[in-house]
Amino acid sequence: MEGDIVEMGKFIGAGIACTGMGGAAIGVGNVVGTYISGALRNPSAAAGQTATMFIGIAFAEALGIFSFLVALLLMFAV
Amino acid sequence: MADQATETAKSKPKSVLGLAIFALVALLFVIGLVTDSPLEGLQIHPMDQFIVTPLFGGEQVSFYTPTNVTLWMALSVLGVVALLVLGTRGRAIVPSRVQSIAELMYGFIYKMVEDVAGKDGLKYFPYIMTLFVFILFANFLGLLPMAFTTTSHIAVTALMAMAVFLAVTVIGFYKNGLAFFGLFWVKAAPLALRPVLALVEVISYFVRPVSHSIRLAGNMMAGHAVIKVFAGFAGVMGIGAIAPVLAISAVYALEILVSLIQAYVFAILTCVYLKDALHPAH
Repeated sequence: MEGDIVEMGKFIGAGIACTGMGGAAIGVGNVVGTYISGALRNPSAAAGQTATMFIGIAFAEALGIFSFLVALLLMFAV
Repeated sequence: MADQATETAKSKPKSVLGLAIFALVALLFVIGLVTDSPLEGLQIHPMDQFIVTPLFGGEQVSFYTPTNVTLWMALSVLGVVALLVLGTRGRAIVPSRVQSIAELMYGFIYKMVEDVAGKDGLKYFPYIMTLFVFILFANFLGLLPMAFTTTSHIAVTALMAMAVFLAVTVIGFYKNGLAFFGLFWVKAAPLALRPVLALVEVISYFVRPVSHSIRLAGNMMAGHAVIKVFAGFAGVMGIGAIAPVLAISAVYALEILVSLIQAYVFAILTCVYLKDALHPAH
């Protein structure tokens, strides 16, 4: 057993921060799932909305990225 | 029937060539596994592949030192030039394979800018096209075994995202003047809510370059680190490492998709920000 308690706290904090990515996963899954259910109802309108889907994915993903950022900050900056 | 036979006979050298290239890549991959992961014990260093080292020896890294980042960025620029400039040089009516790839790419991005940013966004199409092809080539070249992924560094992506952010802000103020602040003042909301919404909008505006850059860097870094972790397992297990090699293949295929999608997402978000700058009213 080596290291100090600050080091331990850093690792634990980074690990907990990563649970935020689960939220991003739910969000992205929600966006794509809704897109597909809409696309199967009206396939002719689907092609025009792919770009919108990707924008939605990007915005949903952005909030997961902040948890990743917090993990990075805890690991390397604190 | 006879035609088919000659057809298969003709396509045989091509498939042999493809197989040879695949075998070469696989061989390089195995060499990369053996050299990069120490065989004694479970010692995996998935982040070691992102270390910036000077090309010609030495330890000091100054802003003018040629490093592996410089090398792979130059290679991706060369790749872009080879595809887009040399590929379309012939200007054949029936395009060759390289020319049709270049034309498809151009048409795809042109249509995306037109759809998302509108007709007046087409003035900025060359910049968005440049961003897209550069990121695409950097991502794809980084997937080669023993290559260096320049886009996995936040320093690289943050520069591109800050350039987009500053350009979009300047364009917004230049085109709309003070009306650009209408972006933060949501007219559709009730009056009492507007100050709160304005605060949220301002925060989300200034967070844009952060999420824009870290999305690309984080995706590339995470995928490559996962591949290296499985490679470490394979290095420990030695010759019987079937499961890790299968996992590496699967993650690698996913990474090819992610490379394309992240380049696309970076370009399309640039278009969205540009649209906000050109038409700030909600």
